[in-house]
Amino acid sequence: MRPELRKYYEELKQRGMSPELEERISRESDEPGTHDIPSESEYPLSGRSLLPGIYEYHDLAVLQSMSAPASPYTTCLRSVEDLLEQDKQREQDGFPRKIRVGRLIKPGKGGKDKIVVVPTTVEEKFIHDSIRPPQEGEGTGGSGEGEEGEVIGEEPVRSPQGAGSGPGEGQGGPHEMESSAYDLGKILTEKFELPNLKDKGKKRSLTRYTYDMTDKHKGFGQILDKKATLREIVETNIHLGNLPDPGDIDPTGFLISPNDKVYRILSREKDYESQAMVFFLRDYSGSMSGKPTELVVSQHVMIYSWLLYQYEKQVESRFILHDTDATEVPDFYTYYNSRVAGGTKVASAFRLVNQIVEKENLIKDYNIYVFHGTDGDDWDTDGKETIPEIVKMLGYVNRVGISIAEHGVSSGGTEVEKYLKKSRLLDEKPNLIRLDVMGKDADEPRLIEGIKKLIS
Amino acid sequence: MELIDQHTKKIMEGCKDRAREAGLSFDDETLEYIVTNRDLLELSPKIMIPTLYDYWVHDVEVLKEKGRYELYPGNPYETVINTRPAISFYNDNNPDWLNVMIFYHVLAHIDFFQNNIFFRHTWDYDFTGQALSDKRLIARLRAEKGRWVDYVIEFSRGIDNLVGYYSELSRLNRPQSESKRLDFYFDVFLQAERHLSITEYIKEIERYNDCLRQYGEKLGEDSFFSDADIKYPEFEAFFKKSLEKKSKYKGTDLLQFLMDHSDFLNKEENEWMKSIMQVVRKTSVFFQPQIRTKIMNEGWASYWHETLFLQDDRIKSHEVEFARVNAGVTSMPRVGLNPYALGMRMFYYIEDMVNKGKHSFDFQKVLDQNRRKDFDAKTGKGREFIFKIRENFCDFMFISTFVDQDFVTLNNLFVAGQRLNQAKMVWEYYVKSRKAEEYRKMLMDSLYHPPYIDVPADKNTSKTLYLRHNFEEKPLVAEFIANTMMGIEYLWGWPVQLETHEVFSMSPPAGPQEVQKEPDIEWQQILYTMENRKLSKRALGKMKK
Repeated sequence: MRPELRKYYEELKQRGMSPELEERISRESDEPGTHDIPSESEYPLSGRSLLPGIYEYHDLAVLQSMSAPASPYTTCLRSVEDLLEQDKQREQDGFPRKIRVGRLIKPGKGGKDKIVVVPTTVEEKFIHDSIRPPQEGEGTGGSGEGEEGEVIGEEPVRSPQGAGSGPGEGQGGPHEMESSAYDLGKILTEKFELPNLKDKGKKRSLTRYTYDMTDKHKGFGQILDKKATLREIVETNIHLGNLPDPGDIDPTGFLISPNDKVYRILSREKDYESQAMVFFLRDYSGSMSGKPTELVVSQHVMIYSWLLYQYEKQVESRFILHDTDATEVPDFYTYYNSRVAGGTKVASAFRLVNQIVEKENLIKDYNIYVFHGTDGDDWDTDGKETIPEIVKMLGYVNRVGISIAEHGVSSGGTEVEKYLKKSRLLDEKPNLIRLDVMGKDADEPRLIEGIKKLIS
Repeated sequence: MELIDQHTKKIMEGCKDRAREAGLSFDDETLEYIVTNRDLLELSPKIMIPTLYDYWVHDVEVLKEKGRYELYPGNPYETVINTRPAISFYNDNNPDWLNVMIFYHVLAHIDFFQNNIFFRHTWDYDFTGQALSDKRLIARLRAEKGRWVDYVIEFSRGIDNLVGYYSELSRLNRPQSESKRLDFYFDVFLQAERHLSITEYIKEIERYNDCLRQYGEKLGEDSFFSDADIKYPEFEAFFKKSLEKKSKYKGTDLLQFLMDHSDFLNKEENEWMKSIMQVVRKTSVFFQPQIRTKIMNEGWASYWHETLFLQDDRIKSHEVEFARVNAGVTSMPRVGLNPYALGMRMFYYIEDMVNKGKHSFDFQKVLDQNRRKDFDAKTGKGREFIFKIRENFCDFMFISTFVDQDFVTLNNLFVAGQRLNQAKMVWEYYVKSRKAEEYRKMLMDSLYHPPYIDVPADKNTSKTLYLRHNFEEKPLVAEFIANTMMGIEYLWGWPVQLETHEVFSMSPPAGPQEVQKEPDIEWQQILYTMENRKLSKRALGKMKK
């Protein structure tokens, strides 16, 4: 155990803790994991074979190296509206909806994330399913040397928290994350009828104007621009022939035309103002491995997209990861991909947000949203540290949304859920703080349900 | 899309001459088009058929991860399509030598399409022309009926893998049968109903032959039956009944069955739906042989592009470039299955085997390994024999007949297993077996195989349609069942039931991990019922494997 963890542990112990918590703490803190970012290669989670089967070979690729063209998402998007309209009609005709919004994101390094939004569907038929034990993949062919039973190759299983090999993923070329996320937000808002922001009145105007002496004007104005005026005079006099020898200039003979005088005048400048600052907080402690992280991150992507749409792209986002300590990370890639490890102290993340907001004086200029994703574990079992931070935060935020992806082990809710409920913040300030608790088997519609709950 | 230029077309014509000399046979006319990426975008959802009907799903990214090829019989990126004339697609910057190789490959495909009997039903018409008229029909109906056209397309496509492809083939390939009445009289009536003794039976045959001799082909049969009617007055009634029974419950062509017997579809105002179903059915039947001959077809084409390219005098000095590309196409992957490589090796192996006379009883009698190895009857019949194979076989027969231990050993093949190593968190690939039997089984398991679903007569006595998924140790993809059945219910007009089997429990094989065994599976018989677009599920019983 790291020394600072040990200290915190002792501290907690003094306050008294239950045996289960003690066990969990030791489990999390003894894990050797680190928060490094996995390498870029992607591997499927299941044992599904990566190798192409016999029917995946085709002449165009094999003989002419013409790969399957990636369908540009823009062509798909053009018809998205029609498709959604059609889907609505389907429902009215008494058939279940068929269009799904393809997910979602393909993180790249250096902020070059790609979100590919594609409407997807599946044609259902009676087809055979393969059955095999979970730890074993499909058998396939092979050739070459090797004794029976000999291992001839290995392939790393993708780290479990690397979510997002979802439908639509990997289908398109590079797209700006912003623009695609915006489109996704639009789809989410329209298709899933996510609420429009209600407090639009309170929103600061989209553009603000500043006045400055920046424009130049000949003939009249507020301030004479001497340098520019002199330049004009020299030019005029060259044309007039009053300046025969550049080595010997006699300014007394210069004529000054009225138009040579250049003034500065007051002008209106547009100044764009960011409308929203969104803090995404993710618990990346050891207990978050697997499904909870995947759910939290997927939900955050959608929230981000939705806000982007709502604020007409005037959204800035900050990403914060925490275990027992919180740290701000520069881009979504790191946020998305950092491995889970370590212990859990939810308060640290909220404290960091409070610090950032205070230090940068963000309250004045921004609508602030904070979304936190966790599995609900907290070493700080009764929220002694967390609740005060949240209370402080509620003083300035537009909304705090906490999503808990439960492991489904503890009865009567997780610690975070328990202490939040105990604090009665949820009931007292339903406009400012929301909680969404989902099981770890939640699917996409459930995630969207959750978003509605968090932001309606 | 534009045609290739004259220069390239001339190369193609040269290839045709050389391919014909080698024994391939195909129509004179072919069309070659240059395609761009953009063209491919439009063509691929339509399985490369430019004139296929429009359907909104073609505009959407379709998720194929589950079941992938099982859902579609056609390959979305084929270079050549089986039309009249055959159409093939090319990248516009292929060098000439590469085009020569591809042309030979394409010509061998065309030869395969036009000579393999599994394609028999595609020989008599041009599919692009047919598709175009179908496309117009659907467009016209869409203008009239709106979105309901798309629902019918959707529901029909939901069962387009349950078409009577083989019955279609057998209808075409079977010699014109004698009169059905005659067949029924001798094969069923006399034997199953009257239980005639052999002497009496032979007497009847004799009497039939007498009638033919006396009155000639046509009248002979009539007079024979007028006598038979006197002898067995109940015969006509039996015959009629058998015809009815047969026409209603035959085969596994669910799509056709619905068209013939659905109350809903046969209402006058719904008749138009049947023409759409017919289009969907025809399209599916057209593509069936393609997916059932993938290994053979690609193997055949690879065999010939390799053979003919190396003999072609026009492209000397490009051997090295060819070797590189060809190796990419036809090398056996260390792990994985490549139909080009596998099929080509099979053809070479079969040719060599027959050349040496090893495809014979004489060879099978030899048990001594050394003598087997050196066995050579020098028949020189290999080439001729593989032409017969390409004419009469499909993948299933090809594999089950010719993948033997000698082939597996010769090419150093094995079944590769994949297992999770939890300590290292890696998937391990390992040599699972080098037995021909296992390798054959692995190949068989990877072949296209739609579920065998029929309409059992004894269960279909009420309005409810009862479908039976015959047990083959494979469950259906559960999440697809609801919507598929909803579609069938819509087309049938009454509730629909499906009997199938699902895995009840699966226990890992006992014993140490090194010994790979199949897990024990307990199956449960399930009855799904779709009524008023609501699916319910009931267990019928368990069965232990």
